[in-house]
Amino acid sequence: MAGQLLMGNEAVGLGAIHAGVKLVSGYPGTPSTEILETVAKNNEQGRIHVEWSVNEKAALEVAAGASYAGARTMVTMKQVGLNVASDPLMSLAYVGVKGGMVIVAADDPGPISSQTEQDTRHFGEFSKLPVFDPASPEEAYEMVQDAFTYSEKYQTPVLLRPTTRVCHGCAAVTVREEGCLEAGGRKTEGFVKDTNRWVIFPRLSYQNHKKIEARNEALSHEFSSYRFNWIEGAPNVEGEKGVRRGVAAGGISYAYVKESLSGDILLLRVGTPHPFPEDLALEFLKNLDEVLVLEELDPVIERALLQIAGKHHLAVRIRGKLTHDTANAGENSVESVRGDLESFAPETVRKEVREAAFQTEDFKRDAPPLPVRPPVLCAGCPHRASFYAVKQAAKGRKAVFSGDIGCYTLGNAAPLDMVDTCLCMGADVTVAQGLHIIEGDALNFAFIGDSTFFASGITGIINAVYNQTDMILVVLDNSTTAMTGHQPHPGTGRTMMGEVVAKVSIEKVLEGIGVGRIVKADPLKLESAIQAVRQVLDERGVRAVIFKSPCIALEKPKTCYQVNEKTCVSCRQCIRELGCPAIVAYDGRISIEPSLCYGCGVCGEICKFGAIQEVDHE
Amino acid sequence: MNKNCLLCGVGGQGVVLASKLIAYAAMEKGMFVRTSETIGMAQRGGSVVSHVRMGEEIHSPMIPAGSADVLLAFEPAEAVRNLSYLRRGKKEGIVIVNRKAVQPVTATLGNGGYDSKEMLSYLKEYVKNLYVVDGEAICQRAGSAKTLNVALLGAAAAANGLGLDIKDIECEIERRVKPQYREMNLLALSLGAKAL
Repeated sequence: MAGQLLMGNEAVGLGAIHAGVKLVSGYPGTPSTEILETVAKNNEQGRIHVEWSVNEKAALEVAAGASYAGARTMVTMKQVGLNVASDPLMSLAYVGVKGGMVIVAADDPGPISSQTEQDTRHFGEFSKLPVFDPASPEEAYEMVQDAFTYSEKYQTPVLLRPTTRVCHGCAAVTVREEGCLEAGGRKTEGFVKDTNRWVIFPRLSYQNHKKIEARNEALSHEFSSYRFNWIEGAPNVEGEKGVRRGVAAGGISYAYVKESLSGDILLLRVGTPHPFPEDLALEFLKNLDEVLVLEELDPVIERALLQIAGKHHLAVRIRGKLTHDTANAGENSVESVRGDLESFAPETVRKEVREAAFQTEDFKRDAPPLPVRPPVLCAGCPHRASFYAVKQAAKGRKAVFSGDIGCYTLGNAAPLDMVDTCLCMGADVTVAQGLHIIEGDALNFAFIGDSTFFASGITGIINAVYNQTDMILVVLDNSTTAMTGHQPHPGTGRTMMGEVVAKVSIEKVLEGIGVGRIVKADPLKLESAIQAVRQVLDERGVRAVIFKSPCIALEKPKTCYQVNEKTCVSCRQCIRELGCPAIVAYDGRISIEPSLCYGCGVCGEICKFGAIQEVDHE
Repeated sequence: MNKNCLLCGVGGQGVVLASKLIAYAAMEKGMFVRTSETIGMAQRGGSVVSHVRMGEEIHSPMIPAGSADVLLAFEPAEAVRNLSYLRRGKKEGIVIVNRKAVQPVTATLGNGGYDSKEMLSYLKEYVKNLYVVDGEAICQRAGSAKTLNVALLGAAAAANGLGLDIKDIECEIERRVKPQYREMNLLALSLGAKAL
């Protein structure tokens, strides 16, 4: 068999294991989540400490401590997670590490499931840390191991920055298990006290800053011969004047270039966008008059090439995002890259790729309008019931609903329409406070999920209690981190080491903070859920409603509901108010799709005609 | 020679698992494989696409436009949505489409459903090698709606769309499907193959 079929994230996880990683921490986030899960799944005899930390900052700091003690560590997160971890990141860049430390921050061009299209390569420049940028799962497997080597050699954390198509693409990957035992058997020295090394002080920062600048200059030279930076092909020469052309690419865009290119062009492949491999880039640029840069997110390679061309007085034109030759937002694809190459150097585009694309043009003519399929809360999702209960309780009142990151962001869609703001993890609680301070006559609700509560909700709640804000906190506790694929968290009592531990109680945390009024309700018992909200509506200070009901994906449906055709008057109230995907209408008749129904029974509770009844499942 | 297979449908229909079976079967035959899948927020109720590329020189995990040798559509509207991936010209690719439509939840909300007949007649007009499969009937005979993906794989293999034999997929089912679901999947596979 030609290797193992591995997802990019699995390749990173296995690569880290085979490099002898001793501790892996992180916080779930698409597209990075499966990296840590892969390590946990392959953690034979629990040799590696694997943990979902409460958030990315905690994850990075835990790993820093382990690296101080000499262990190899990996931290995983999505790109916005690195914002949360940026405080320790910036300082750790000055302090450095002893055991190799790889920080994986997965970027999400598109964005497909993120708030921003931020580019982690900038974080490399900003924090002055080396960045590795794989173009495929095979490379990700190799690069994570190289990253550990560089990290230890230069005693610095390094960043690995895959993007969605690398993380979630699969490929036949050749893995080398034999190196694994040797790496796993590495002795860790343990923590050696040294205040001049581990205690960050202004004087130390100044000295280390100088060292870092020198190191990055050295790394720039070293990276010029690194195995994932290279030049291939020969310059494409065109016209009487003999314009010499080349292409530069990094990440998945390199794969798209290779897919579209006939080979008759000079191609620079950048695998380490920071420190930029200047010698190699200079060698590439000096033979060219025009260069097209193909990369996703920000023009990082483009700016680096411009800088090098300027520094060395080269008369080469660099084209890309800054010159509007390529798109400055959204994901690249084989098609977009082919189009960009077509305008830059048409003769270099592979004939069959061009023809194949052109021949499909006629499909676009007369195509019938396609249905839109936005993601929706699942049938039976307790969040639907919670939102509905709050909506009913606040009916007729001036109210603003602040939401947060998780499945429950989907509560913004019609017909619930219960998310008026969403910013970043934990911001529901604090944005609601600001809104209320300016517009005190409104009821301000903040919806927060259980995992988000632990990740970054608690400090915001303390802020509200301390600063005497009137607000209603609604905790949507579904006993899991649902959106990213059901990871455990402090409230679940399970760890990634397979241990059963004491659950951290959200209620007790709120009590401890000083939230005076806490009510609990099962959202699926709709009437009492509405009552629970009503009780606290007109009180003062921070009030909390904890809606507890497990995510439907955690439990098999026990029962199922059915529409009684005799009593149903097709008023469509259930459809209009709940938007449950299991309730469908054909030719004016309402029915419930049995394969989708989870038996939450909320539709039955709101039906005024008693036309929706429980039946046995299957 | 590369083979590109695009699978499309709606979250929860088993698209990703079907693409895995193809990828494993191809690797078993010594082919290099790349795939790309929809994971995350779009999975539930959203459009789902899986790209499977098999052969020697493959760079992109996604199939370039006009390069799919087979389009395996679990649903008529998703077939139309992804038609620009299908290879045209002399070696036109094949389209295997499940007859039954999956209406989006927004359709029920009053934005109007869509007419699957309109989608199917559009496909008939524009696609030379079209196979419409009654997946629902096969699933009923096999005993579970969850066998739709394997039924469509059977049809694709029988139409010589995958570069794989029915036997290759049978082996992967034996190897990777839980024992209690094996028989029904093998039945769905053979019914799918006979459906053409």
